Amino acid sequence: MPAVSKGDGMRGLAVFISDIRNCKSKEAEVKRINKELANIRSKFKGDKALDGYSKKKYVCKLLFIFLLGHDIDFGHMEAVNLLSSNKYTEKQIGYLFISVLVNSNSDLIRLINNGIKNDLASRNPTFMNLALHCIAFASEIPRILVAGDTMDSVKQSAALCLLRLNRTSPDLVPMGEWTARVVHLLNDQHLGVVTAATSLITTLAQKSPDDFKTSISLAVARLSRIVTSASIDLQDYTYYFVAAPWLSVKLLRLLQCYPPPEDAALRSRLTECLETILNKAQEPPKSKKVQHSNAKNAVLFEAISLIIHHDSEPTLLVRACNQLGQFLQHRETNLRYLALESMCTLASSEFSHEAVKTHIETVINALKTERDVSVRQRAVDLLYAMCDRSNAKQIVAEMLSYLETADYSIREEIVLKVAILAEKYAVDYTWYVDTILNLIRIAGDYVSEEVWYRVIQIVINRDDVQGYAAKTVFEALQAPACHENLVKVGGYILGEFGNLIAGDSRSSPLVQFNLLHSKFHLCSVPTRALLLSAYIKFINLFPEVKATIQEVLRSDSQLRNADVELQQRAVEYLRLSCIASTDILATVLEEMPPFPERESSILAKLKRKKGPGNLPDIDDARRNVNGNTEHSEKTETTNKVTLVRTASAYLLNLNSTPTAGASLLVDVFSDSSTLASVEVSDENFPRFVCKNNGVIFENQLLQIGLKSEYRQNLGRMYVFYGNKTSTQFLSFSSSVTCNDTLKNHILSTSSVDPIIEGGAQVQQILNIECVSDFTDAPVLNVQFRYGGTLQNIAVKLPVMLNKFFQPTEMTSQDFFQRWKQLGAPQQEVQKIFKAKHPMDTEVTKAKILGFGVALLDRVDPNPENFVGAGVIHSKNTQVGCLLRLEPNTQAQMYRLTLRTSRDSVSQRLCDLLSEQF
Amino acid sequence: MQNSLRQGKLRLQKWYTATAERDKKKMVRELMQIVLARKPKMCSFLEWRDLKIVYKRYASLYFCCAIEEQDNELITLEVIHRFVELLDKYFGSVCELDIIFNFEKAYFILDEFLMGGEIQDTSKKSVLKAIEQADLLQEEDESPRSVLEEMGLA
Repeated sequence: MPAVSKGDGMRGLAVFISDIRNCKSKEAEVKRINKELANIRSKFKGDKALDGYSKKKYVCKLLFIFLLGHDIDFGHMEAVNLLSSNKYTEKQIGYLFISVLVNSNSDLIRLINNGIKNDLASRNPTFMNLALHCIAFASEIPRILVAGDTMDSVKQSAALCLLRLNRTSPDLVPMGEWTARVVHLLNDQHLGVVTAATSLITTLAQKSPDDFKTSISLAVARLSRIVTSASIDLQDYTYYFVAAPWLSVKLLRLLQCYPPPEDAALRSRLTECLETILNKAQEPPKSKKVQHSNAKNAVLFEAISLIIHHDSEPTLLVRACNQLGQFLQHRETNLRYLALESMCTLASSEFSHEAVKTHIETVINALKTERDVSVRQRAVDLLYAMCDRSNAKQIVAEMLSYLETADYSIREEIVLKVAILAEKYAVDYTWYVDTILNLIRIAGDYVSEEVWYRVIQIVINRDDVQGYAAKTVFEALQAPACHENLVKVGGYILGEFGNLIAGDSRSSPLVQFNLLHSKFHLCSVPTRALLLSAYIKFINLFPEVKATIQEVLRSDSQLRNADVELQQRAVEYLRLSCIASTDILATVLEEMPPFPERESSILAKLKRKKGPGNLPDIDDARRNVNGNTEHSEKTETTNKVTLVRTASAYLLNLNSTPTAGASLLVDVFSDSSTLASVEVSDENFPRFVCKNNGVIFENQLLQIGLKSEYRQNLGRMYVFYGNKTSTQFLSFSSSVTCNDTLKNHILSTSSVDPIIEGGAQVQQILNIECVSDFTDAPVLNVQFRYGGTLQNIAVKLPVMLNKFFQPTEMTSQDFFQRWKQLGAPQQEVQKIFKAKHPMDTEVTKAKILGFGVALLDRVDPNPENFVGAGVIHSKNTQVGCLLRLEPNTQAQMYRLTLRTSRDSVSQRLCDLLSEQF
Repeated sequence: MQNSLRQGKLRLQKWYTATAERDKKKMVRELMQIVLARKPKMCSFLEWRDLKIVYKRYASLYFCCAIEEQDNELITLEVIHRFVELLDKYFGSVCELDIIFNFEKAYFILDEFLMGGEIQDTSKKSVLKAIEQADLLQEEDESPRSVLEEMGLA
């Protein structure tokens, strides 16, 4: 093997490096570097033209200085000059410097491009490779890649170069004519070429799956040859007794771009491969080296990913789960970590959920005994994923006990998870109340507002648990030191339901009041304000303690409190208790009305935590239309000031139904007419009819991506705002406008940080409910400051009626029976239209499925036709819907027929779907 | 992106996504802190920002890769190992000094092995052959020079 000294010859560089290493202090090092920089600068500027060798040496020195962490602001020109040298080493160093140090926006790029072009045109394979490494020029590369006479190593570089280009600017290299030949590289004799090509094809297939469909069969064949034939000799591509692990992983990854193959033979061949990989995991290792097991398991995990991705073979899923179960107890930490991670995804498959659950004890044990926090984190995630009604109590109990010792960094997340599980799987709400109070006791500091708001909402809405809640908080408050969050919950609940336990002399009104008041002085201002409200409620509930409480309110520390809020409450409550008659008091201070049932805001919070966004600040939450937060804040506000000042307003609020609150929101929206002047962008809107994710808007500054999920009449949309610039966006805000007729309510929008850093992405969550059928779509208004100018963007959000489809499977007989039932002329809408896209059966199928209906096989007598059925869920009604699409390939036309029980629905669905083909 | 570093000194870094210089420095600093703080028996993977970090320690050197959500951790670990093997074969039981003094060689080896963040060739022989050929080219065009000339005195 070549020795180090071989052919180097840059002694000046070596001397310089030694000098640096010999420097005793940081200062000495800086001094030496500055001296060298000055020297190089003068050499570059000097009159005497430098020869290539010296240039190379100095450029190398600059590189080294850069690696030490210093900024280099010159020498680029010399490096570019090196590119055009005829000597290999000089060229090589030139390329190295450029690929490490030159940014893509530099104006040197044109010069560099020239050099690269020259090298690409040369007949010298080494020069070509060097140029490809530096990566730039385009339309020539596919030719190099597939040309018969290209050397293997150049092909490899070309493939990866193309991949890189495709990632940076996909439009630069149209693959069109090359597609088929690129796919055929999977058959290449040289495994290195296949490996590089697979990376390329995977990336391309992710972007346009249809064009690269043919790669499925080739990939399966290749994989099968590697995996199943025992005798094959792959020579240098066998890595520690594992046949071509990198290639196997990449092939499995490529297959994850597609659904399971439809061709039965191909499918069974793939299943055979996957089975073999699973079998091999059970064989004794061929080597004790960790590299052997890593490579083998890398393939295994990728195979399991594919099995999970397909989610169609119950036996494979269960086998995968068992295999992961073994790894859960493996002595390698890495394997335990990965097993926990993969199992999380397995838990959400209906086929393997039960199998995952059998490992609960092991996972709990991991939570207790793992020494590495990142592994414990995975265990928490898995417990959360495998939780259901049957094991909720056990899992919540284990998480609670782990919480006592958990790392501070993950406590808040665990608190949220426990709160969500406790609510979701509570059969009996006393357990829920106990759990949340325990949470506050164990990790009070990490219990966010959302969590304790939520417990109050639930207690208020369920009268079967109110007495228990009052009793429990009363007992919990007995502890000498209790968390302020507990005081808040306690104050609120006793203020509402203290009467339910007042019969017992141990918790008589006076005892309750004294207990609460004993905590008063240790609490912060907001908590004290809440307690004052509880006191005035006590006056209403228990006339016998009125005098005592008035005494407290009258004291200087209340009436003359330095805090305006507290002072005002004390004065107003005192006055109210003096002048109001019992009847008025009883009306004004009546029990809080139930909260409208809405989805937990805690869940939204957990998701937000997982995303890059920051924690919401209170002001934002207030401005926002998040139903829960607002309502809970309102309860606080109402029972403090508003109700006292304008009791009638409170009464009005009492009578109003929850929907009135929602229409209020719509009103608030339509007020923001300042944005009306902005043109609403809807060019990408039609693309979202049959899919839920993608980019809805993009300009030079901002990219808006969407991810949405719908279940029955509820939906949630994640909006991602990506700052494409390197500068901050300031005063960023976004809101949703709906026009008056739009009954499709945006239930809540989460808050967004007002600053988006350059290159960063933030996320916003919209909760959506379909109240009844609708045609218009809401508009998202985005405003921010970029470089001093205010940017206004309005985008039509793809919330459409068909999103609330639930597919319905039915037999041919059922279908036609219903089809006939919906025979009234206004129930049917039909449209005949010309095909805008090539008429591909598979694409059409995918679109109909994406539209939301079930695709019914063998229902229509004509196999060319497509038939679908589904139910649109809205809050008020459900609308059954049948559709039939008849393609006529000769005429390039379609006929689409829709029958639903409502004419407006038929019309809307027909309009939406007919634009898609 | 791939870095190797040691007790707080970066020896080699290669970025496969365009990143601003300032962010690079920040990320390197952050990563060093996290990775160096980890104890020997801990697992080699961790979540960081929206990436996964895969790292491995060889003597005084840490090798560290940042990969994306859906990438395979174990195979990345072996990417690191293969790179170390290549260095080892080339330098003949490699040590940190080799990488310091011949950083450009280490870069060339890395470039032969990985390109644009993807594996170019997994065969040890092919990669080493490519590098050997490059060295031969180098010898051909390098004419011997005297020490004086080297020091700029001639």
